[in-house]
Amino acid sequence: MHCDRLFLAGLATLLGTYVLLIAALLVALGSFTSPVYLVRALSSPEIQYAFRLSLISCTLSTLLSLWIAVPAGYLLSRFGFRGKNLVDTLLDVPIVLPPLVLGLALLILFQTPPGRAIERVVPVTFAVPSVVLAQFSVACAFAVRTMRVTFDQISPRSEEVAMTLGCSRAQAFWMIAFPEARRGMLTAATLAWARSLGEFGPILVFSGATRMRTEVLPTTVFLELSIGNIEAAAAVSLVMVVAAMVVLLLARAFGLRGTGLI
Amino acid sequence: MISLSHVSIRQGAFRLEDISLEMGEGEYGVLMGKTGSGKTTILEAICGLRPVASGSIRLLGRDVTSLRPAARGIGYVPQDGSLFSQLSVRQHLAFALVVRRWPRPEVERRVAELAEMLGIEYLLDRKPKGLSGGEIQRVALGRALAMRPGVLLLDEPLSALDEDTRGEMHELLLAVRRQTRVTALHVTHNRSDAERLADRLFELRDGVLREVT
Repeated sequence: MHCDRLFLAGLATLLGTYVLLIAALLVALGSFTSPVYLVRALSSPEIQYAFRLSLISCTLSTLLSLWIAVPAGYLLSRFGFRGKNLVDTLLDVPIVLPPLVLGLALLILFQTPPGRAIERVVPVTFAVPSVVLAQFSVACAFAVRTMRVTFDQISPRSEEVAMTLGCSRAQAFWMIAFPEARRGMLTAATLAWARSLGEFGPILVFSGATRMRTEVLPTTVFLELSIGNIEAAAAVSLVMVVAAMVVLLLARAFGLRGTGLI
Repeated sequence: MISLSHVSIRQGAFRLEDISLEMGEGEYGVLMGKTGSGKTTILEAICGLRPVASGSIRLLGRDVTSLRPAARGIGYVPQDGSLFSQLSVRQHLAFALVVRRWPRPEVERRVAELAEMLGIEYLLDRKPKGLSGGEIQRVALGRALAMRPGVLLLDEPLSALDEDTRGEMHELLLAVRRQTRVTALHVTHNRSDAERLADRLFELRDGVLREVT
């Protein structure tokens, strides 16, 4: 009994330490700014532009990530194929790659002949599409991982039963697996959105940090810091914290609580 | 009828070779064997969910060996019921009919008929969550019977039920059999299932399928 209490106390201390660290970070951020700076920051046209671009680009990269992640996660979860291990490893590359390196790779990719061909139709580098592409490159890897775990947790037996009842494999996917994966999709979308919101390294290299053009909220923090305006940087950071928390709360309100996914 | 002729199934290191079985129309066969002996694998091969390496499978006189599951005209009741968590009981009973685009009034008529036969009218608007083991198996049975399949394949459908519920399900399966004249193959490791239900009793032991007389 005494041992159990000691064990639980040890666990609670470790958890408490980490929770305390997060709380301290938020308090520190909040203490370095004031409502005046917050209002000033939010009324600046540059920061309003960055806020809008962040919201739009994160939403677009999330939608693109889900579009890829749902079929990719299903394929990886349900089927074995030659080269699957290699594909699996490649999918982790955007997660483990240093962000600046990813940005550099994207920059170089669009200097190759196929990249230049795309640029002639849609300007990407140092333009808004590069922001979405940089965010998507990382967010999608997280979404694919989440969707794979989601489909791993859904027994394939239900789809097999559906196939004996007259469904093709595609119908079994759409009618059975897809609706059952709804919560996983919401988690994948939340992760992708939050990850996109915080993306900075690849955007700095691939999109630049041009005000009123490719500036997203992390860029704003960087630009304000670089001119020594720490109060404004902290104010914008707080806006990002609030935006991320709103997304997390919305995801929980839609029923992710208790699923172990979020 | 169900006919397996020299069927071989290979799944990784697991192999079943030269499996043959003959059952007449309307017969109720029970296949017994230890856990891991390959009973479920044989059932899944008949369903079309496991490829066969060689041999042929005929159902109601038709060679179905290379047909996809949907085209085999079977009803399949898996071990745990495997109900669809997002659908109501009514939608389960209607599933095979909706997939085949039956007209709505006919779907409703068939759902009502099945619900009455299985005694699950009171469950029609419920989702699977919270249903008892016996209720889950009744719904799974109704879902499998909706299209009036010629062959019913049951994979240990009663294994998770208590003795009383098992007895009720025996009565229900006998009644279903009387009413539908379906040819059934029922996999179990429970002797009481065999004693109550079987016209023909088969045993799978050490990779050999033989009829017990």
